Amino acid sequence: MGANEQGVIGKSIRRKEDGRFLTGTGQFTDDINAANQSAGVFLRSPHAHARLRSIDASRAKAAPGVVAVFTGADLEGVNGLPCGWLITGTDGKPMNEPPHPVLAQGKVRYVGDAVALVVAESIHQAKDAAELIDVDYEVLPAVVNCVDALKPGAPQIHDQAPGNRCYTWALGDKAAVDAAFAKAAHVTKLDLVNNRLIPNAIEPRAALAKYDRAEDAYTLWVTSQNPHVERLLMTAFVLGLPEHKVRVIAPDVGGGFGSKIYLYAEETALVWASKRVNRPIKWVAERSESFLTDAHGRDHVTHAELALDKDGKFLALRVTTTANMGAYLSTFASCIPTILYATLLAGQYTTPAIHCEVTASFTNTAPVDAYRGAGRPEATYVVERIIHQAAVETGVAQDELRRRNFIRTFPYQTPVALTYDTGGYDACLDEANRMADVAGFAARKAEAAKRGKLRGIGYASYIEACGLAPSNVAGALGARAGLFEAGEVRVHPTGSVTVFTGSHSHGQGHETTFAQVVAGRLGIPVENVDVVHGDTGRIPFGMGTYGSRSLAVGGTAIVKALEKVIAKGRKIAAHLLEAAEGDIEFKDGKFTVAGTDRSKAFGEVALAAYVPHNYPLDKLEPGLNETAFYDPTNFTYPAGTHICEVEVDPDTGVVQVVQFAACDDFGNIINPMIVEGQVHGGVAQGIGQALLESCVYDAQSGQLLTGSYMDYAMPRADDLPSFKVGTKVTPCTHNPLGAKGCGEAGAIGSPAALMNAVHDALAAVGVKNLDMPASPHRVWQAIQSAKRA
Amino acid sequence: MYPFELHRPASIADAAALLAKTGGKALAGGQSLVAAMKLRLAQPGHVVDLSGLAELKGIRREGDAVSIGAMSRHADIASSDVVKGAIPALAALAEGIGDRQVRNVGTIGGSLANNDPAADWPAAVLGLNATVHTNKRKVPADEYFRGMYETALADDEIIVSVSFPVPKKAAYAKFPNPASRFALVGVFVALSGPGVRVAVTGAASSVFRCKPLEDALARSFTAAAAKAVKVDAAGLNADLHGSPAYRAHLVSVMAARAVTSAG
Repeated sequence: MGANEQGVIGKSIRRKEDGRFLTGTGQFTDDINAANQSAGVFLRSPHAHARLRSIDASRAKAAPGVVAVFTGADLEGVNGLPCGWLITGTDGKPMNEPPHPVLAQGKVRYVGDAVALVVAESIHQAKDAAELIDVDYEVLPAVVNCVDALKPGAPQIHDQAPGNRCYTWALGDKAAVDAAFAKAAHVTKLDLVNNRLIPNAIEPRAALAKYDRAEDAYTLWVTSQNPHVERLLMTAFVLGLPEHKVRVIAPDVGGGFGSKIYLYAEETALVWASKRVNRPIKWVAERSESFLTDAHGRDHVTHAELALDKDGKFLALRVTTTANMGAYLSTFASCIPTILYATLLAGQYTTPAIHCEVTASFTNTAPVDAYRGAGRPEATYVVERIIHQAAVETGVAQDELRRRNFIRTFPYQTPVALTYDTGGYDACLDEANRMADVAGFAARKAEAAKRGKLRGIGYASYIEACGLAPSNVAGALGARAGLFEAGEVRVHPTGSVTVFTGSHSHGQGHETTFAQVVAGRLGIPVENVDVVHGDTGRIPFGMGTYGSRSLAVGGTAIVKALEKVIAKGRKIAAHLLEAAEGDIEFKDGKFTVAGTDRSKAFGEVALAAYVPHNYPLDKLEPGLNETAFYDPTNFTYPAGTHICEVEVDPDTGVVQVVQFAACDDFGNIINPMIVEGQVHGGVAQGIGQALLESCVYDAQSGQLLTGSYMDYAMPRADDLPSFKVGTKVTPCTHNPLGAKGCGEAGAIGSPAALMNAVHDALAAVGVKNLDMPASPHRVWQAIQSAKRA
Repeated sequence: MYPFELHRPASIADAAALLAKTGGKALAGGQSLVAAMKLRLAQPGHVVDLSGLAELKGIRREGDAVSIGAMSRHADIASSDVVKGAIPALAALAEGIGDRQVRNVGTIGGSLANNDPAADWPAAVLGLNATVHTNKRKVPADEYFRGMYETALADDEIIVSVSFPVPKKAAYAKFPNPASRFALVGVFVALSGPGVRVAVTGAASSVFRCKPLEDALARSFTAAAAKAVKVDAAGLNADLHGSPAYRAHLVSVMAARAVTSAG
C-alpha cells in the first residue's frame, strides 16, 4: 500500500454526490420527462380477496383525455412475474409457485392488487377515468395471518397452492438436535413474532416507459436497485422481448432497503403498454400506494428452543418458523426465510447442532420480500432473544453467557451450511461493554428508579452473511440468477478515470467510496474519478445492490479491473522506460524502474496508450480500458455487538432509548463517515421495528389498517439517542479489499438489543415475553397483565 | 384532487354569502381540508379562502381575556407575547401542534371549525371556558362542540375570534399517538375563579369535560389527586394505538402531569 493509498483509503472524505442532492439537482425518476408523455394510473382492488366477475372499462375509455385502458384480459401473451429462487421442500418437491399476473386475472388477492392501467393525457384525467371502471367483485373471505392461512378451512387463495402452503423446508441435523436436547441440563423455550414492516423509502416507486418505434426499442427509467436484473426478468421471463432492445435506467434513487430490488407489476405493465399506445407513460406511486404495494418485510411467527449444558454451553437450537409470503411470490421472497435465515442461526456461537423448519404460506396481503437485513435480522432476533432468556433463567450474566459460547477459531464450519472465514467477537463485545459503560449501569438503574422509571440493558451479538455467493453454490440451492458483480475502469487519455459499476447507489455513497478505492490504487486524486451506475446502456451486466454486497463484491470487481489496468500500464511503462516489465514497480501513481529514479506518471502512461506513437503496437493493444467480473468464493461475515439501554415509564408504557452502543466488525473500511452513517440509518430502522413500526391488516376484511403515517409509526429523530458507534477490524480473507459490508448491520443487531433491554427493564414488574413493537400501549398492557398474573 | 372553484372574498359578509350560495367549504390554513381533497376524500365544488379577511387576524388582551383571531396561525400564538404573558399554557399547546410546517400554516379557527377528535385546540377552548365569536353570535365552549367533526357552526357561519378568560393556573399535557403525534389523550386543566375545568381530547369521539377529575381537583389541585381518579373507560376510543382502558388510564396520568406543570 503506497502513501497515497493510505491517504485516501480510510479517510472520511465528504460525499461527492451530496452536492447535487443538497442543492436539489439530483435526477430522480419523476424528474425525468419525455416528449408527448402520458400519465399512468392503476386501479387497485379495494378488497383483500375477490373473484372478478366482470370488468367494464367502456365509460373510462370514453372519458376526457383517456388514451387507453388495459386490464388483465388485454395482456395476452404476457407471462406472470417470476420468482428468482426455487425452494425445494422437505417432501422433495419444488415450492408451489402460483401465477403472479401483471394485472389481476380472475381474482384479486390483496388490497392494492392492480386491476387495470389507465393511460391518459394527465394524471387527473387518468384518476377520473379509473373511477369510471365498473368492476363486479364477488368478495371472498380473506386471511392475513401466516399461521391462520395454514389452518384447515382457511380461505384458499391460489388453486396451485393447496392449503395456502408455498413450501415446508428444513435445514440441519434433526437427530443430532433431538439427542442434544435429551441430555441438556437446561432448556429455554420462546415464542416470537417478528413484526411485519413497510419499507417507506423516501422516494416512492416510479417508472417512465418509452417506446421508440424507429428502433423498435424501449427505455425504462425506474426506481430500481438493480437495473440489469430488472431488465433480464422483465424481458426474458415476462414480456418476451430481446434484451438488447430494452434499456433500463435507474437514475438517482431515494432509498431502497430491498423494496426496489424486485420486478413489480407497474413498470412491467408500463413497458408493455408504451408500445401499444406509442406514447411514453409515467407512473409515480402515491404514498398510499407505497403502503399498499411495496413489498413488505419480515412477518415471521417462530417457536425456538435452546438446549444448554450445566456450564451454559449451548448444545442445540431448535427453531420452527412460519413465514408470510403475502398474496404472490415476490422476486426473492422464497429465499429470505430459508437460505438467508436458517443459515444464520448459529450466530456467533459454537452451538454444535441446529435444526430449523420453515413453512411459508400465502395470505391476502401485499407480497413480502427482503427488507434491510432480509432473513438475518429475523435469525438474529431468534438467537439473541433466546440467549437473553436463557441467561435470565440460568442466572448467568448476559455478556458472560455469550462469551462462553463464542466461536474463536476460523475458518469455522457452522452446522447450518456456512463457513465463517474470520471474526473477532470478543473484541467487539469488550469494546461495546466499554462504550456502553456497562460497569456504571447499576448506578444508572438505581437513579432511574428514584424517578419512577424502569431501566434495562440488552445485548445483541449478531452476525450476518453478506455478498451472497458463490453463484454455482447458490444455483444448486435454487437461485435462478448469478451473484457476481461487474466493474469497468475506463482510463481517459489524460489520466482521469470513469468507473462503470454494476452496483447501484440509492443512498450508500458509492460515488465516493468507489472513487476512493480507485484513486487509492491508482495514486490519483479522488476528484479525477467519477463513478457511473444504474444504466444498462452504459454499464456492464451487473447484479446491483442488495444484501450489503456493493463494496465486497462490486468494489472487488473494480479492483480486479484496476489490476488489469495496472498490469497493462506496467507493460506500457516498461516500453517507455526501456526496462524489463518485471523491473517496473507501480506505487503512488508512478511506474518506476526498481532501484532507480526513472519513472513515468500514471497520466503519461495513459496518454501513451491513447496516442500510441511510442508504443509496442506489435505486442499490445492501444487504450487503457478494462472490465472485470467477480464471483466471490464465499459470503462475508460482518458481526458485532450492540448494547441498548432503555427507560420504561410504567405510568404510560413509553420506552425511551437512552443509550445505544454499537461495535461492529465490517472488515477494512474505506470511508469511516459513510460507514458510520450506514450504521446510524440501520440502527434507526431497527429501533423503528422494535419500538414503533408495525404493519397491521384487519383480520376479517384484510384491509390495511396502517395505510398511512397517521397509523404507521416511523422513527423520528427525537425517538433516538445519539448513537455510540465503534468498529473493530478483522479483514475478510477472500476479497482483496478485506471488506465485509455495513449496510444492514444496524438493522440486524438493534431490534434484539432493544427488546432485550425492554425485557430486562420489565423483569422487575414480572413481564416475561413481549413481542415487537414495544409501543406504549402494548408495554402498558403487558405490565397490567403481569400485575394481574 | 377534483376540480373546484376558488373564491377569495374581501369581507366576512361576502365570505358568508358565498358559503351560503355555493354550499362550499371555508378554507383557513388547509391542513385538514386540502389533505382530504388531495386524497379525493373531500370533494367541495367551491372553496372560500378566508386568508384575505383582516377581521379574522390579531391577538389582543381584552380585559380579563385574550382574544385570538380565527386566522391566527399556531406559530403566531406560540410566539405571541400577549399569550405567553397571560395564558402561557395556550402558547405551549400551540408550540406542540404538528410540526413547524403545520404550525406555520394551520390556524386556530380552522382547527376549531373542523373539530378533529384528536385536535389540541378544542381541549383549550373547553378547558378555559372560552367563547367562540362568529359572524352571527357568541357561542360558549360548553355549547360549541357537538360530536366527531361536529360543531354548533351553521354552514355559512364563520369563526371570527376566540376569547379565552385568563385563568389562575392552567396547563395542557398531551400523550401523542406514536404514529401521527396527534393527541392519543390530551388533557387541559384550568384553575380559575369559578373553579376547576378539565377538558380531554383524543380519548373519545369529541372533546369532553371530565367531571370526576374536576371534582377531585377542586378539592385538591394536586397531581396526586388527579392520578387517584379512576376514569371510566366506557365510550372511549379503541384503535391500534390504545384501548379504552389505556386511554382512561392516560387521562388521569396526563391530568396529573398537567397539574404539575401548571405549578
